[in-house]
Amino acid sequence: MSLQGTIEAPVRKKPTRRWVELLLLVMAWGIGLLGTMQIGWVSGEGMTPRLWITAGVVGGLALAMHITIRIVAKYADPIMLPVATLLTMLGLLMIYRIDVASARRATLSDSPMPTPDVYSQLTWFSVATILFIAVLVLLQDHRRLARYTYTLGLAGLVLLVLPLVPGIGTTVNGATLWIRVGDLSFQPAEAAKILLTIFFAGYLVAKRDSLAVVRTKFIGIELPRLKDLGPLVIAWLVSLAVLVFERDLGTSLLFFGLFVAMLYIATQRRSWIILGGLLFMVGAVLAYYNFAHVRSRVTVWLDPWAYADTGGYQIVQSIFGLANGGVLGAGLGQGFPNLVPFAKTDFIVAALGEEIGVTGLFALVLLYAILIERGLRTAVAARDSFGQLLAAGLSIVLAIQVFVIIGGVTGLIPLTGLTTPFLSYGGSSLVANWVIVAILLRISDRARRPAPVAPSPDDAMTQVVRAV
Amino acid sequence: MSRQIRRLSFVFALLMVAVLVNITIIQVVNAGDYRDRPGNQRILLAEYDRERGPILVGTDPVARSVETGNTLTYLRRYSNPKLYAPITGFYSLIYGATGLERTENRILNGKADIFAVDRIQQLVSGRQPVGGAVTTTIDAAAQRAAYLGLRGKKGAVVAIEPATGRILASVQSPSFDPNKLSSHDPAEIREYYNKLEADPDKPLLNRPIVSLNPPGSTFKLVTAAAALSSGRFNPNSVIPGPRTYDLPLTDKELRNWNRRQCGPGGKVTLRDALAISCNTAFAWLGNELGADAIRDQAELFGFDTGFEIPLRAATSRFPADPDEPQTAMSAIGQFDVRATALQMAMVTAAIGNSGRTMVPYLIQEVRAPDLTILQTTEPEVFADALRPSEALALTEMMVNVVENGTGTNARIPDVRVAGKTGTAQTGDDRPTVAWFVAFAPAAAPQVAVAVLVEDAGAEEVSGNGLGAPIAKDVIEAVLERR
Repeated sequence: MSLQGTIEAPVRKKPTRRWVELLLLVMAWGIGLLGTMQIGWVSGEGMTPRLWITAGVVGGLALAMHITIRIVAKYADPIMLPVATLLTMLGLLMIYRIDVASARRATLSDSPMPTPDVYSQLTWFSVATILFIAVLVLLQDHRRLARYTYTLGLAGLVLLVLPLVPGIGTTVNGATLWIRVGDLSFQPAEAAKILLTIFFAGYLVAKRDSLAVVRTKFIGIELPRLKDLGPLVIAWLVSLAVLVFERDLGTSLLFFGLFVAMLYIATQRRSWIILGGLLFMVGAVLAYYNFAHVRSRVTVWLDPWAYADTGGYQIVQSIFGLANGGVLGAGLGQGFPNLVPFAKTDFIVAALGEEIGVTGLFALVLLYAILIERGLRTAVAARDSFGQLLAAGLSIVLAIQVFVIIGGVTGLIPLTGLTTPFLSYGGSSLVANWVIVAILLRISDRARRPAPVAPSPDDAMTQVVRAV
Repeated sequence: MSRQIRRLSFVFALLMVAVLVNITIIQVVNAGDYRDRPGNQRILLAEYDRERGPILVGTDPVARSVETGNTLTYLRRYSNPKLYAPITGFYSLIYGATGLERTENRILNGKADIFAVDRIQQLVSGRQPVGGAVTTTIDAAAQRAAYLGLRGKKGAVVAIEPATGRILASVQSPSFDPNKLSSHDPAEIREYYNKLEADPDKPLLNRPIVSLNPPGSTFKLVTAAAALSSGRFNPNSVIPGPRTYDLPLTDKELRNWNRRQCGPGGKVTLRDALAISCNTAFAWLGNELGADAIRDQAELFGFDTGFEIPLRAATSRFPADPDEPQTAMSAIGQFDVRATALQMAMVTAAIGNSGRTMVPYLIQEVRAPDLTILQTTEPEVFADALRPSEALALTEMMVNVVENGTGTNARIPDVRVAGKTGTAQTGDDRPTVAWFVAFAPAAAPQVAVAVLVEDAGAEEVSGNGLGAPIAKDVIEAVLERR
């Protein structure tokens, strides 16, 4: 934007904290490198060139992102990039570790060597880096996104239902959440979660005043007007549709939870949470009694041991792995992560937990907590309502994912298929989560940038809307 | 809006805490319980993920671990599985381990304390420990000779080096294939195990060291030893050896196996009584010496002691408080006298070893994965059962058994073999067992052997007919190797 020139001249000097970011980044890279070296050593593979190349590529990509931030978003939050990088490296590390185990089996059984997934994940990390840089360079002001609220919302909805289109939708493990074009396949829901968060933010900023109007009070609870229930009901119906037609419990939960949370933030009315909760319960009960796949998830969750050989197999194996890890873990390269089904994707936390123990998992959950907290802090610090809502929404997306998947694989809540942000093997998820970080960094850069910031036309428009 | 965001972050913080509490419950509080749950393969896999050390006979690994391509990294393989089954035992997914696989588990899997230095290295490197090697005392030639001799029969053979107590052979027939019990296929393992369990011949029974049978006339060696060590008898002592011996306090009488008297006028020397295995003479001797004297003698040979070689052998017994007829029967190895083949080999070995009973052992040495010797078993004296002169006298009596008496089938040209036959009834209507014990060369024995053949014929000669040729083969196998 042309406004950039005025922003370059700060009124007072504010620390950019870019050196802090670089230092943390080097530390994150060091942790990842040491972990990878340990796996190389333990597996007897040694310090192969590919280990150094991988470490070099990861370091290079992280450095490229750091330099981009220095140039185009130098006031951005210094913590998020190192934390997301460390999480990504932990994921690469675990994927590499499972690759090593699979390769060993293949050598011993004289079967064809499986393609290492770590390279593929590394490629996706490169794609994520390119998109990360692109977002920061092209999106100089996040408020521009508000202009395309409905376009993006529509795009998000289309992406969400795309897997249902015959010919391009693919059903994997019972859930129809992939689309395939030629050799490429990706989960459109991953992109949809960003687009829909932008849509919710834009939409709610425009409509929050009317949605906040209290119509009646019912036993002390302030209820919104009946006609304002529309958006919530639509979100609910769309979530149910995702659940019913795509059998994707996780995505369904994520979108409804996200919408209700953002509605609450935007309107500042607790009644929306209560209404959302009621609708959730109605939906849950309906789903439980009408859909076998939902019912089986719940029965398995209630007593996985009774279904240890069937539906509960995954969760039971996950618990066995975690139990084997104990306090300090079996040590990287010394557990049996390949015993847990989907150890590279849904159950990567269980695979990690076996080798790094409860101590390591505490650190891991803390990393997520830090990332989410930085995101929410960005939301609080944002100078515009749209930025606030968007940052909060994106942080909530991360938070819901982390809670639902880690809670799921550890049996705290019923298991739903969501990816573990940054850790899970899979390109769509990795790229999408890095784009979330890029947007959050952009908002935090705008928030921490020294005043005065010239008001943008979008802001003015927002003000007008608010005044209505 | 900031307030709502802060409230929500508080809610998310609570959710994260819930996740952490739940993880702690799984990984710390309930971890032990989960580890032992059925279906948790990890303990097993950790065991199978480690290269288990070999069990060696000489330098030949009769049990070793080979790498597979499966989830269970290593498979236990046994060369000559049936030959060495009573020594190696098996190493099963389902039924655990037996034999040396069980007793030496911590050596074989590398977890024993003697590997402490290695373990510290492993802790640092994270590498899986590699197990140590267990070298047995088994003499492959003797083991094979005994195994071939028992083929088609039911029984056991134990051979011991008299001077040391080293077990040179321990063979059972029928035997089993530990490979089939140590495979990674649970269905195959179960099927084979159930088949073995159902077999009336009990192939899983470690006959050489666990099977207890009345030793019959081979026990006369113990009675003779008690007579010699009492100082009241020598090989030339003349004792009564009538056609029948009236069992005191009963209306029953005890007969000689050939239903004849043992010498002219029912008198016989101790030497001849042993040579022709005279029941009446030894029954008389039993009551003359008394049960306590015989038991004391038996205990010096190893009766009433449980040996762990390190496989746990059954304890051979002499009855605690027999009356006179029971003492008479016990003196000829009947009534409640029970002995393992190992025990009778020990009696024989002790006589050959100038009367000194050695503690039997099966493990020569334990080696680290790099083959450095970590432990060597030193021979250990169990007891002095006879004075050397008495042992020498008894040896000459046993040579006489082979050369002129009931044990002629054990004769070896140019080698003086000392032996004793035996036949015993295991119960009133039960089949008999035939025994033969021997050592050679008589002057400086290199091997003492006990052969047990079950379901033998009723005749005293069955020990000579069935047992002596096997003993002879085993002795020859040992002597030819030296």
